[in-house]
Amino acid sequence: MKFLVKIAGIAAVAVAFAVTGASAKTIRMGTEGAYPPFNFVNDNGQVDGFERELGDELCKRAGYTCTWVTNDWDSIIPNLVSGNYDTIIAGMSITPERDKVIDFTQEYFPPDPSSYVALAGSNPNLKGGVIAAQTNTIQANYVASSGAKLVEFATADETIAAVKSGEADAVLADTAYLKDIVKASNGELAFVGDKIYIGGGVGMGIRESDTELKDKMNAAISSMKKDGSLSALIAKWFNGRKVTW
Amino acid sequence: MFEYCADPGSLDSLQWWSCYLTTVKQVMFYKSFGTVLALLFLTAPVILLFGFGGAMARRSRVLPLRWFGLAYSSMVRGIPDIIFFMFALIALDQGIEYIRHITLCPDWTEPVRQGNDFVVCPQAKMPLSSAPQWVHQIYGFFLAVIGFAFVFGAFAANTLYGAFQAVPHAQLETAAAFGMSRAKMFRRILLPQMWVYALPGLSNLWMILIKATPLLFLLGVQDIVYWAKELGGAKTARFTYPHGDWRLGYFLVLLVFYLALTWLSERVFERLTRRVSRGQATMGGTT
Repeated sequence: MKFLVKIAGIAAVAVAFAVTGASAKTIRMGTEGAYPPFNFVNDNGQVDGFERELGDELCKRAGYTCTWVTNDWDSIIPNLVSGNYDTIIAGMSITPERDKVIDFTQEYFPPDPSSYVALAGSNPNLKGGVIAAQTNTIQANYVASSGAKLVEFATADETIAAVKSGEADAVLADTAYLKDIVKASNGELAFVGDKIYIGGGVGMGIRESDTELKDKMNAAISSMKKDGSLSALIAKWFNGRKVTW
Repeated sequence: MFEYCADPGSLDSLQWWSCYLTTVKQVMFYKSFGTVLALLFLTAPVILLFGFGGAMARRSRVLPLRWFGLAYSSMVRGIPDIIFFMFALIALDQGIEYIRHITLCPDWTEPVRQGNDFVVCPQAKMPLSSAPQWVHQIYGFFLAVIGFAFVFGAFAANTLYGAFQAVPHAQLETAAAFGMSRAKMFRRILLPQMWVYALPGLSNLWMILIKATPLLFLLGVQDIVYWAKELGGAKTARFTYPHGDWRLGYFLVLLVFYLALTWLSERVFERLTRRVSRGQATMGGTT
């Protein structure tokens, strides 16, 4: 280990003097890239979706240059606080638990109720059956406390696959995400049960120490809310959904 | 790629496939095979180096060095890989940034640790925030090589140490009787004979290393397993090429790749074993 630290030190000092800093402030936007239509990696290998368009516009208004980084959902908060990127813009609901670790901007997407989806025609026991949810989500927390048996998956896509394969009786996720899935399944999947109202709106996660970035992003979101461009973006990506601020 | 790919919805199946299999995202998948192979072939020599260092330290006549060698090979082998990759490498990364921070920004007054946050000055970021994504990928790759080498080096150290100990003592006594120095004995007698005993253990390590590459994703390097999951997942109409859950197909491709790689490695190790056993007083050497 001593050897390693020494090597690292030499390398660091060498690199330190070789690289010069850039003048324009670059913000690294961290997203999951596996949650359409919020964010996904398109066929050109680029981050795409509602949050890509929103993020680029926010950066423009706040005067930053932005680059996009994907990171898996499970470690998305630890990698933000350790500084691998500067924001989380990944359909993340604002919750008190997360707010203890990181800060959030104001919401850019209104609170979205969660829904259950199961195979069409099945009548799953939502309070005692096997329910799939993505790890570290508000839905996973909810299922764990609802009495049902929770099976967790790393990505949202895998939760849907679990329902299709019969591994889980139903899946609980954001309605905005599930709508697309149910539509694309050609009648194989259907919404079941009542909507569950959990979690706040969706906001951008920012390190607690990064108050300047938070203020600028908040101002940019406010201006997009005011001139109607945010509502237009939501309508574009969420089947004409109407949102007024 | 092809001109007719502009409107995939209207294509017949052969053309559709030719378009689908040549999208930028697919090509990234193909390239990730290269990433994995590069990692394997770059890491293997470094592992041997770490292993050799560890084994030599354990055999050293200097007591603290012996302790160091023993501590390295027994402690690192006991730590689960995933924990090592999540904590030790992040600590290494932050260590590098911290050293850059104190050298580059001497008049920065804010603390580096603020609650949960690790904050260094923008010039100390490694790589810089403004650096293109491929620089970040290379950096992650470099961390991965160090990480793999450090962990697997501990296993290699144990294997090599055992191999050194397995060389019959009578051989060394004879060499000493011929008046060879310690260094010469090591070079001419111990080293050439030790490989016969080390190879089976080293080939095990290599096989395990081949399968350990998905840990790369923890460092932000996208390997074949990441792309197989990403491309194989069901795609809704939001994508240019919507399809169902094709993970099984993608993972079958990985299966073929891994089987081919292990088969090839087996052949290479077989030949190596035959070569190093030549003339040895072992079962393998007499046949």
